[in-house]
Amino acid sequence: MGKTLFAKVWDSHAVRTLSNGQTQFLIDTHLVHEVTSPQAFGMLRDLGLKVAYPNRTFATVDHIVPTDSQVAPFADPLAEEMIQALNKNAQEFGITYFSLATGKQGIVHVVGPEQGITQPGTTIACGDSHTATHGAFGAIAFGIGTTQVRDVLATQTMALNPMKVRRINVNGKLRPGVYAKDVTLHIIRLLGANGGIGHAYEYGGNVFDEMTMEERMTVCNMAIEGGARCGYINPDDTTFAYLKGRPYSPTGEAWDKAVAQWRTFASDADCVYDDVVNIKAEDIPPTVTWGVSPDQAIAVTENVPSPDDAKNDVQRASINEALAYMKLPAGKPIKGTKVDVAFIGSCTNGRLSDFREVAKFIKGKKVNPSVKAIAVPGSQIVDVLARQEGLDKVFTEAGFEWRGAGCSMCLAMNPDKLIGDQLCASSSNRNFKGRQGSPTGRTVLMSPVMVAAAAINGSIADAREVFSI
Amino acid sequence: MALAKITSVSGRAVHVPGADIDTDRIIPARFMKCVTFDGLGEFAFYDVRKNEDGSDKQHPLNEPRFKGASILLADSNFGCGSSREHAPQALYRFGFRAVIAQSFAEIFFGNCTTLGIPCVIASEADIKALSDAVNADPTLEVTVDVANDQVRYGDKSFKASSATTAKEALITGHWDPIGELLEAKDDVASKMKALGWAA
Ligand code: SF4
Repeated sequence: MGKTLFAKVWDSHAVRTLSNGQTQFLIDTHLVHEVTSPQAFGMLRDLGLKVAYPNRTFATVDHIVPTDSQVAPFADPLAEEMIQALNKNAQEFGITYFSLATGKQGIVHVVGPEQGITQPGTTIACGDSHTATHGAFGAIAFGIGTTQVRDVLATQTMALNPMKVRRINVNGKLRPGVYAKDVTLHIIRLLGANGGIGHAYEYGGNVFDEMTMEERMTVCNMAIEGGARCGYINPDDTTFAYLKGRPYSPTGEAWDKAVAQWRTFASDADCVYDDVVNIKAEDIPPTVTWGVSPDQAIAVTENVPSPDDAKNDVQRASINEALAYMKLPAGKPIKGTKVDVAFIGSCTNGRLSDFREVAKFIKGKKVNPSVKAIAVPGSQIVDVLARQEGLDKVFTEAGFEWRGAGCSMCLAMNPDKLIGDQLCASSSNRNFKGRQGSPTGRTVLMSPVMVAAAAINGSIADAREVFSI
Repeated sequence: MALAKITSVSGRAVHVPGADIDTDRIIPARFMKCVTFDGLGEFAFYDVRKNEDGSDKQHPLNEPRFKGASILLADSNFGCGSSREHAPQALYRFGFRAVIAQSFAEIFFGNCTTLGIPCVIASEADIKALSDAVNADPTLEVTVDVANDQVRYGDKSFKASSATTAKEALITGHWDPIGELLEAKDDVASKMKALGWAA
């Protein structure tokens, strides 16, 4: 019987069984950022330990960097302190650091793939829940807590429980105006925000086969929002073509050897999954969230749910809670809901292809004057490439602000925040209460093109109508 | 490394109701601008406990009768969302030493275990009954018996279990794995080499 990619990677990276029954699991690549690492480095110092494999540890700054002015020192003294801490830790422990000065800084999940650090069949850990993004390359990538960051720094391993593998097939043809973001939101809507607990998600079917690497990253990025510990897509020629020539990709003979080896990681045709879900591509609509959990999602053409639709008391309470927070009327169309802020960026949708796709539609159009619209490249490299193509001009001429690279309004640990109960059409991945910096701020998740449609319309709109898609 | 064996936790309990309580809710991101976890306790559940001017909202954790509670009662998918360890750190520093819920998000669960905070899973009905009991009498002594997969209060008890590996780790004092992980240094080195990573 064949094996899944997950099983192959698990078997090749299990070091031994620990006394509590967990597996000591080897991590090939450790990605580090400024928010969840300072305490871990502190613990290392307290224990008198070093970073075990500094050459497999890579750091960058993303969460707290301002995106308007990135000149040091930052206006926020706490942000400055955190950056100084990372500067010091990277130097002291000898790890590779893509700082602002290198021109390679960016959101950690954009930087890893961009540099060719993210490779098929490898294991990756990072103190950030969206580490699943790297699964797009057929890597098994986990978000971890700070104490585990310490474990990986000190030992290049962590204690882990095995998990089940659920295969999610999406076959057919996506309808016009439906993007990778809609696919991933739709899956979460169907399976629930906790549907993936205990599982790794393997995404398969012709829809994923035909996706670009950047689209695959958008899908895997949100595996965690469906409760899965990680999500991945089997590596194929698209994966290898993306990696070829990247700074950390192998070259020459080593490249051919690597590709041959990478191919072997893909799940075998006769492998057995713990669970299989089949979804028809034609059934996936442009999707938006209406509530405060990513599974509270509907087609943009649908009405906001009403507590009367609830199947039980628990559901009724959660619909009521979400509607009260979102200040949305039950049973009414979501289309037409006034939007105050539009945000295109984040590790879900802040890559070059996202800005290219939006630029196609906003050329010659203007953001509604009542909307504050910002476009935030996921990395300094994305920024440079976008500028080379003149994308920044297209955005600014349409009325967007074009910012420096960072997480920005995805979680608002930087100056980009919602104010009061502003409603934000957002290409990010979380619509939790208070996520975008204001305790009463409201987030509606959608694809970048849908965000652009909302920005131009001044309200939530069907991009297919606004842009005649 | 010798750590305390955590076989049971006793104390008063408080119920924070709601499904899918995420870690952004437990500790809003803006309080993560820190280089140590000290002082996070006062910001636990900040945005649901406090108004923008800093005055108290109505919330179980603000009620004087629940002050000093060390066992947190929650509903389903508790701790979902961000991997931030700041969430369990804030709960620990607020005074919680155990959590009872219908289900937990995995990263949160793992983070809690590593800090020595047992997270045990119980049925909706049992949690509801315990919640009613502590609301009626907040001084009620509740025991989370990790070793025996049980929660006890008054003359009642119910089944509440944890993943076997977490239970094992807590009751044997191996909940922080660093000591054991460090022991395998040579095995790790040979595996790294086998996988093609030069030291
Ligand atoms: S963009 Fe958002 S989700 Fe992604 S790493 Fe940054 S804060 Fe986390």
